[in-house]
Amino acid sequence: MADDRIANPWGERTPYARGEEWPTRVDEHTTAAVEHWIQSACVLCSHGCALDIGVRDGTIVGVRGRAVDRVNHGRLGPKGLYGWQANNAPDRLTRPLVRRDGRLVDASWDEAMDLVAERARELLAAKGSGAFGFYTTGQLFLEDYYTLCVLARAGIGTNHLDGNTRLCTATAGQALKETFGCDGQPGTIKDVDHCDTILHVGINTAETQTVLWMHELDRSRGPNRPRSVVIDPRATESARAADVHLAIKPGTNLAILNGLAQQLIEHDWIDREFVDTHTIGFDALEQTVGSYTPDRVAEICLVPADDIRKAARILGEAERLLTFVLQGVYQSHQATAAACAANNLNLLRGMIGRPGAGILQMNGQPTAQNTRETGCNGDLPGFRNWQNDAQVAELARLWNVEPLQIPHWGPPTHAMEIFRYAELGSIGFLWVIGTNPAVSLPELERIRSILGQERLFLVVSDAFLTETARLADVVLPAALWGEKLGTFTNTDRTVHLSEKAVEPPGEARPDLEIFLDFASRLGLKDKDGQPLLKWATPEECFDAFKECTKGRPCDYTGLSYDKLRGGSGIQWPCNEAAPDGTARLYTDHAFPTGPDVCEDYGHELQSGATFTQTELKALNPQGRAILKAADWTEPHEWAREDYPFTLATGRTVYHFHTRTKTGRAPELRDAAPDAWAELSPADGGRLGIAEGDLVRVESPRGAIEVPARLSGPREGVVFVPFHYGYWDVSEDAGPNGRPRAANELTMTIWDPVSKQPLFKTSAVRVEKVG
Amino acid sequence: MKVGPLLSRLHELETDLADELRALGERHAADHDVYHQCHTFAGQCERHAAALEPVAARYGEDVDGEGPGFWSGLLESARRAVSASVGRVPDSSLLLLRDLRTLFLHAEECSITWVMAGQAAQAARDEELLALVRECHPETEIQVKWFVTRIKTASPQALVVG
Repeated sequence: MADDRIANPWGERTPYARGEEWPTRVDEHTTAAVEHWIQSACVLCSHGCALDIGVRDGTIVGVRGRAVDRVNHGRLGPKGLYGWQANNAPDRLTRPLVRRDGRLVDASWDEAMDLVAERARELLAAKGSGAFGFYTTGQLFLEDYYTLCVLARAGIGTNHLDGNTRLCTATAGQALKETFGCDGQPGTIKDVDHCDTILHVGINTAETQTVLWMHELDRSRGPNRPRSVVIDPRATESARAADVHLAIKPGTNLAILNGLAQQLIEHDWIDREFVDTHTIGFDALEQTVGSYTPDRVAEICLVPADDIRKAARILGEAERLLTFVLQGVYQSHQATAAACAANNLNLLRGMIGRPGAGILQMNGQPTAQNTRETGCNGDLPGFRNWQNDAQVAELARLWNVEPLQIPHWGPPTHAMEIFRYAELGSIGFLWVIGTNPAVSLPELERIRSILGQERLFLVVSDAFLTETARLADVVLPAALWGEKLGTFTNTDRTVHLSEKAVEPPGEARPDLEIFLDFASRLGLKDKDGQPLLKWATPEECFDAFKECTKGRPCDYTGLSYDKLRGGSGIQWPCNEAAPDGTARLYTDHAFPTGPDVCEDYGHELQSGATFTQTELKALNPQGRAILKAADWTEPHEWAREDYPFTLATGRTVYHFHTRTKTGRAPELRDAAPDAWAELSPADGGRLGIAEGDLVRVESPRGAIEVPARLSGPREGVVFVPFHYGYWDVSEDAGPNGRPRAANELTMTIWDPVSKQPLFKTSAVRVEKVG
Repeated sequence: MKVGPLLSRLHELETDLADELRALGERHAADHDVYHQCHTFAGQCERHAAALEPVAARYGEDVDGEGPGFWSGLLESARRAVSASVGRVPDSSLLLLRDLRTLFLHAEECSITWVMAGQAAQAARDEELLALVRECHPETEIQVKWFVTRIKTASPQALVVG
């Protein structure tokens, strides 16, 4: 049984030395005696810890980490230990709802789905496939996503399918495409066992990936601990433990990373042979970063020049450098350029593809990886390139449709553009699946007004009546994890099987079944008049997806449900050549950058201008990685006289996304029941704000009123957790009373390359209320 | 020697393009990426124009006119108001497409004029001008490429769905 993991989120230490196996520690939390254990994995962050679900009398009564699994060796974080209780929450949706006379009322599945299908048919006839938008999540299973992808892209034939993973993982995928030609996590979590140095760029593993932090802590308490550099505007738990913490001004990631590259080159801490043999673009990189001297970078980033030199020396002297990147980069100014700049550091040092030397461009959500693989996150399935006709033709053959039926005249429409089309009235049918844009997207006043339009037919499938569902025309009750069968893949490519442990409540159904029902009511056919979706069960869908990945970098062909049952999760690519999976990509230092194989021909990083196949051919990459360089520029919104602070939104250790699940687990809910604004003690002092005072944080878009905490951010920065909306304090979708959602303040802006919205650089002012 | 008039024309093109980019950005402020990118590009064009002035002066051209952005500042708020009110009319996507196409052609004209300036710089052995072309022209080429990218993305929805 686990101890109190609210007070101590990371539990007891099990120190170990470099090169050893991470010791096992099994974490468990149950509320009743378990009758049987059912295999699964955690869905409350991207780490994907394997666990067993404890069942008694047909109800989930607890979880226990799986000791055999390569990811967590039995451990679970606080969200995983307590979050499952949301499945049993009394306010689960158990029947479909349809809007009648302005109110959502109970309906049967037939009534609800007939209505959805009827509106879809009308709109298809009137406006065609481009009037349809689908906005999914990072919480479904691979089989749900792949079904949705084929339904939307080949069935309806719309380009407008994206996930909320656009908010969490789009830049990770994009930076991997820009540097290595294709998506796919280069490193593995096991690199923690072998590294001697960890560079954390905009990542607070202690709160966002608690089990990874346990892994790091256990290495750091053992002999020959790894050294750590943390780049983060806040003094987080991870930052306080670092050898060097660079508390940069928000919006300056690219400057600090260019500065580190400049030092590596100046001190010749680079692997010349690797750079010459396995990369292109060094000369341009050297030219770009040359002016980013420690003194200049210190001025831009507001950190001491000597700390930059110290950090560079740690990276320069590393023999096994492991780099982690997350939202501090992905949701900030020049996101893709900065994520590529992090890749550059490892490439300059030749630190990739061997134990301890690697890159983990992290994901945010548990199944975000699958949205990228299945074509639900602005990609085509199997990491196929929308600009490459041969690769699109493969999909057309696989799905037995004409190639032109699959939109590939442009990149799959990103989430912010889908909402823009809905704002214009161009998209008239929007299906939101398992996500809550009315709390999680920027500039909520705008989002609520888009979703609330009379002319938009809004379908929401979810397990709860979220803020978004309250605006819907039809709400479909969905089964959660533990109530359905399927697979999902974590941030280091580990695929886990999740068995069905219990029945969904009431009439709730798995998303896969809902999509199949919709496709069948619409009569979606292939070009021979046969049903387009040729599977009825998750396992049949998994087999179809395996076929889709055959020969692709994310090759699943060596996997099966049976193989995933009983033991540890397995990392793709898994095929005949690698039947036990693959720990690290690029061990041979051959990268999929060639024009015929790559997933993307690349972009100019400042504007997002798209390169063509001809332009990539001219670079002649020949299997070499691409060092992409760009200059730092001032953010579009920069703190100024009337709005002197920079707002960064983020997560707390106890909650996930918009708290739809964690807010319904008593321990997690009570650990952090309400929103707050974090200020540095110095700023608090200047403004006459004491700990706990109610403060008003205001931006040009809106305002919130929340209690102040005086703690970790650097001066000039306000941190507000983005988890808090209104479902537990108001009947409406918005603030009926005290506004507290961080996204009331954020601005509608996204990275020009990855199209990830930016949540870390809004200008705000702060004042004490009353 | 016709280099002076060419540089004068290039200066005019960059100055006008800066103004037009800001106007386009303001007119389509509800398309947030267009708004930000156009303002970024406008800044580039203004820097190009400013950098051209001393070189053009050597060729006897006084191009230091009223300066970029003279009118745009006056009209920005009015344009934003228009953008906010038409931001939800489907036809505004056609308008966006038309504006992007117009500015693409202007950026193309700038780009080919930089090509001519580069050729002239080599024949005149003018290293200062050559360096300027090498610094500025790639930025103009990216502007052109961005217009192509954005037009390709916007066309299907604006033209087929409405």
